Amino acid sequence: MNDKTAIEAHNLTVSYNRRPVLWNVDFELPAGQVIGIIGPNGSGKTTLLKAIMDLVKKSSGYVKLFEQDLEEVRERISYVPQRESVDWDFPASVMDVVLMGRYRKNKLLKRLSKADRDLAAEALEKVNMLEYSNRQISQLSGGQQQRVFIARSLAQGADLYIMDEPFVGVDAATEEAIMLLMQEMKKEGKTVVVVHHDLQTAKLYFDWIVLLNTRLVASGPKDQIFNEALLQEAYGGKLNVLSKVGELIKEKDFPVREK
Amino acid sequence: MDGFWIILSGTLIAISCGLLGAYLVLRKMAMVGDAISHAVLPGIVLAYLFSGSRETIPMLIGAAVLGVLTTVLIELFYKQARLQIDASIGITFTWLFAIGIILISVFAGQVDLDQDCVLYGEIAYVPLDLWFTASGINLGPRTVWIAATLLLLILTFIYFGRRGLFITTFNEEYAKALGLNVAFWHYALMGSVSLTTVVSFESVGAILVVAFLIVPPATAYLITTSLKPMLWLTAFFGFLSSLGGYFLAVWINGSIAGAMATVAGIFFLCVWIFSLIKQKQASIPFRA
Ligand SMILES: Nc1ncnc2c1ncn2[C@@H]1O[C@H](COP(=O)(O)OP(=O)(O)O)[C@@H](O)[C@H]1O
Ligand SMILES: [Mg+2]
Repeated sequence: MNDKTAIEAHNLTVSYNRRPVLWNVDFELPAGQVIGIIGPNGSGKTTLLKAIMDLVKKSSGYVKLFEQDLEEVRERISYVPQRESVDWDFPASVMDVVLMGRYRKNKLLKRLSKADRDLAAEALEKVNMLEYSNRQISQLSGGQQQRVFIARSLAQGADLYIMDEPFVGVDAATEEAIMLLMQEMKKEGKTVVVVHHDLQTAKLYFDWIVLLNTRLVASGPKDQIFNEALLQEAYGGKLNVLSKVGELIKEKDFPVREK
Repeated sequence: MDGFWIILSGTLIAISCGLLGAYLVLRKMAMVGDAISHAVLPGIVLAYLFSGSRETIPMLIGAAVLGVLTTVLIELFYKQARLQIDASIGITFTWLFAIGIILISVFAGQVDLDQDCVLYGEIAYVPLDLWFTASGINLGPRTVWIAATLLLLILTFIYFGRRGLFITTFNEEYAKALGLNVAFWHYALMGSVSLTTVVSFESVGAILVVAFLIVPPATAYLITTSLKPMLWLTAFFGFLSSLGGYFLAVWINGSIAGAMATVAGIFFLCVWIFSLIKQKQASIPFRA
C-alpha cells in the first residue's frame, strides 16, 4: 500500500435547500497522517465528511479516496459518525455495537465468524473497553460511548478513518487515549481524518490541518496553517473566538505533553 | 374449544405484530401501524369498485397496496420535505383516510361498504369461520391458519434479517457508510408491517392490531438491555395479553379485542411501575 493521496476533493459544493454549506471545496490530503478538519460551528465540517462518505447529495464536484471512487475502496474506509447522532438508550450491548464493524453487504444474512468476534474484541481492547463488552450502551459515560464508536470503526480494519468530533463531550482521560490511539494508527500506516473545533489542541494533535468555513480557507502542514491571517479568515466575526486566536498565536511555543 | 382458538389466533397475531412493532418503537415510528390502519380505506373502496364484489382477496390486495403507499409517502415527506416523522405520519394517513371517505360518499349508491365489517374483523368470530378439506375434515379456523403462516413469514424475515434490521435501526448513516442497502431494509420492514396490519385486521380487528404493534414491545423495552431478550419478552407479553384478555372478556362478558388490548395496557403499567421501583432501589446506595 503506497498511496500518496488519501482524499481528494474537487470543486465540491453541497447545499441544503439551495443554501450552500460547502462551496467549491478543493483539497488533497496526504495518506499516513493525522489530519484535522477545523472550523467554527456550522462551517460545514460534518457535511464535508458526509459528502466524502456519499451520505449527502453533492451539487457539484467529486471526491476520490485513494484515487478511486468510494464504491471501489469502501472496504478501506471507515466512518465514525457524531456520537449524538444515535440513540444511546437503544437496547444493545457494547459488543453488539462493535460487531457492526464486521457487517458486510454480501454476508449480512450469514452468521458472524469467530474471526469477526476476535477482531471486535481486539478493537475493544485497543480502546480499553474490553471489560465492558456486555454492558448496555446506555450505562456508559460520554467518553466510553465515544470509545465504543471508535472500536466499532477499528473493527472494520480499514486504512482510512474519518471521525466526526471524537473529542466532544469526553473526559480528559478519553481524549488522551484517543489521541495516543491516533498516533498509534499513524505508525501502522493508517490515515486518520478528524473533525475538531478546539484550536488550542489542534496544533498538538494533527500533522496536517484543513481550515474550513463553508469555503476552504487553507489546507496544509500545520506549521503553515497556524498564522493569524488564516485563522482569522476561518473564525472571522466570532469575537470571543478571535481573541483566543490572538492568544494562541502569541504563545510561540505550544506546551508539548510529556509522555 | 372456542376459547382455545381465540387465544391461539390472538397470540399468533400478537407475536407477529409485536416483533415488527419492536423495530417500529425503536425507530420512533410506532404510529405507523395506526396510520396504515386508516390509510388502507381508499384501497378497500377502490378494490370493491373494481372487483364489484365483497371478496376478501381483492380487498386485501387493495389494502396492501395502500399500506405500502402509506409508508412510501411517510418516508417521502420525512426525507424530501424534511417534516418531522410524526407530522409526516399524521399528514399521510389523515389525507388517505379522507380520500377513502370521499370515495365512499361519492359512490354511496354503489358501495354497500361498512369498513368495520368488511375488512376490520372481530376476533370473537374466529371459531365460526372453519376450514374443511374436500373430504370434509375440519381443519380448524381459517384465521389460525392465516395467522400461523403470517407468523412463520415474519419469523423468517426477522431471523435472517436481524443484522440488517439492527444496524439500520440503530445507526442508519453508519450502515450506509458500510455500503449496506438501507432503503431495502426500510421497505422490507414497512412492507412486512403493511402485510401484517392488513392481514391481522381482517382476522382480529383494528384496535387490537395497533395495540399489539406497540404495547407489548414498549413494555419489553422498559426492562430489557438488549434486542434479543426484548423480542422474546415482546412475544411473551403478546401471549399473556391474549390469554388474560380472553378470560377478562369472559368474566365481564365484554368485547374480547377490547379486553386483550386492555390487558396489554395493564401489563405495561405494572412493568412500568416495577421498573420505576427498581430504578429507585438502584439509586439508593448513591444517595446514602
Ligand atoms: N440536514 C440538514 N438540513 C438543512 N441544513 C443542514 C442540515 N445539516 C446541516 N445543516 C446546516 O448546514 C450548515 C453546516 O452544518 P454542519 O456540516 O453540521 O456544520 P459543522 O459540523 O461544521 O458544525 C449549518 O448551518 C447547518 O445548520
Ligand atoms: Mg458537526
